[in-house]
Amino acid sequence: MKNIQANNVDAYYGDNHVLKGVTLGVKENSVTAFIGPSGCGKSTFIRMFNRMNDYIDGFRKEGEILIDGQEIYDEDVRVEELRQNVGMVFQKPNPFPKSIFDNVAYGLRIQGIKDKNVITETVVKSLEQSALWNEVKDNLNKSALSLSGGQQQRLCIARTLAVEPTILLMDEPASALDPISTAKIEELISTLKESYTIIIVTHNMQQAARISDKTAFFYLGELIEYDKTTELYTNPKHERTENYISGKFG
Amino acid sequence: MNNLKKNRLIDKSFQYFGIACTLFGLIMLAVFISKILMDGIGRIDWSFITSLPSRKPEKAGILTAWTGTAWILGLTAIISIPLGVAAGIYLEEYGKKNRLASIIEINIANLAGVPSIIYGLLGLEIFVRTLNFGGSLLAGAFTLALLILPIIIVATREALKAVPPSLREASFGMGATKWQTIWYQTLPASSGGILTGIILALSRAVGETAPLIVIGALAYVPFVAKTPLDEFTVLPMQIFNWVSRPQHGFIVNAAAAIIILLVITFILNGIAIYLRNKWQKKVNW
Repeated sequence: MKNIQANNVDAYYGDNHVLKGVTLGVKENSVTAFIGPSGCGKSTFIRMFNRMNDYIDGFRKEGEILIDGQEIYDEDVRVEELRQNVGMVFQKPNPFPKSIFDNVAYGLRIQGIKDKNVITETVVKSLEQSALWNEVKDNLNKSALSLSGGQQQRLCIARTLAVEPTILLMDEPASALDPISTAKIEELISTLKESYTIIIVTHNMQQAARISDKTAFFYLGELIEYDKTTELYTNPKHERTENYISGKFG
Repeated sequence: MNNLKKNRLIDKSFQYFGIACTLFGLIMLAVFISKILMDGIGRIDWSFITSLPSRKPEKAGILTAWTGTAWILGLTAIISIPLGVAAGIYLEEYGKKNRLASIIEINIANLAGVPSIIYGLLGLEIFVRTLNFGGSLLAGAFTLALLILPIIIVATREALKAVPPSLREASFGMGATKWQTIWYQTLPASSGGILTGIILALSRAVGETAPLIVIGALAYVPFVAKTPLDEFTVLPMQIFNWVSRPQHGFIVNAAAAIIILLVITFILNGIAIYLRNKWQKKVNW
C-alpha cells in the first residue's frame, strides 16, 4: 500500500461543500505538501486518506480515493486496518496520558500483540526512527505529558511508526512547535521519506519548499495547482498560486 | 458623577445582599447540625450501633437500619452503575446527534427532576407486584437505582464530553476500534468525573425515604437482612419512625441516627470531592 490516487473527489459537511472535484495522485516514497489559506479544504482532504472524517456528523464524500487501486471507502474495507497502514500525526501533539513506553506500545497492544520482546523491540526501533531514543531511553516509564512539545510530537510520530504504516499523513505537524523542534521534525521527515509515502499539510510555505517533492495548492475547496515543488515555487502557472506563495494574500 | 456614585452604591449593596444570602444558608445548616448534635451525640455508643430495635427507647439501636442502608447502598450501586455508565457511553460515543438524541437528552434531564415518590409508585407496580419481589431489599434497590440512573447517565456524559477530542483522534488514528478507544483512553481519562457523579448519586439514594415507604419497607424490622430478598428498613425510615413516636427517648434516638446518616453522606461526598481533585491534578492537557 503506497500509491494514492484521488479522482474527482467532493466532500461535504452537511450543506457545506468543502472539496470540489479534486483529482491528484501521490507516488510512493515521496513527500507531498498541501498548502493553501485556512478553510481551503486541505485538512479535510488529508483526513480522507485514513477516513478520520467518518465520525463527523454530516460528512459526505463523492468520487474515488484509491490506495494501490483499492477504493478505501468501500464497505468491505476495514477502517482499523486502513489506519494501521495509513498513519496520522496531528497538529497539536496528542500523546496519551500514559508512560512513554505505553504510548508507543499502544498500537501493538490494540492489535492483540502480547509478546513482551516483540513490543520492546518495536518501541526501541520506533523511538530510534523518530530520533527521540537518545533523549528518553532512561525515562521510558515517565509520563509522556512530562516531555516538551517537540519531544511529544516526535513521540506521536514514533507511536505512529510502531504499527508499521506505509503512508504517513501529517496535518501541520510543526505548527505548534518552536523553531528548533520544527527543524528536528523536518529533518525527520526527510529521512522517513526513504521508506514512507508522506503527505504533509502546512501553513508554512518555506517548510513546504524545504521538505516536499511535490506541492499542491488549494483554494476554496479546489485544487488550483499541483506540480513539482521547485516548479511550483519558481514558475507558478496560476496567478492565485503566485499571489499566495509570494505572500500577497494568505 | 452622580451616576458613578449610584453605580457604586448598587455594587456595594449587591455585595452585602450576596453575603447575607450565603450566610442564611450556612447559619440554618449550623443551627440544625448543632441542635442535632446536642440532642443526639450523647446517645451514640457501641450498643446503639449494634442493638436491634426495641419498644424501649434506651434499649433500641440502629443495627437493622444501618445494615439495611449498607445493603441498599451496595445493591443499588451494583444495579445502577453498569446501566447508567453504559447508557451514558452509548449516548455520548455511539448515538448519532439527531432529533431523537436531543429528545432523549431532554427527557433524561427531566427524569432527574421527577419527585422520588413517583419512582416509589413505579417500583411498587413493577418490582413489588409484577416481578413479585415483595417489600424486599431487591425491590428497594431497583427502585432507587431507577431514581439515580438519570444522575449517573448525565454525569457520565458530561465526563466523557470533557475528554479532549484529540485523545480519541490519536487512538482512532492508530487503528483502534471504537470500543478500544473508549476502554483504553476515554474511560480512564473521564473516570474521575464519572466516579464523582456515581458517588453523589449514591449519597442521594442513601437519604431517600419516600420511595421506600411506598414500596413497603418496614419501619420495624427485628432482624438483620441476610439475603437481598429479605424485608428491610433503612436509616431514614428508622428516623422517620422514631420522630413520630411521642416518647422523648425516641426523639433522642432519632437525633443520634440522624448524626450517623449525616456522617455516612458526608463521607461519601468527601470521597467524591477527593476523587475529583485527585483526577483534576493528574490529567492536564
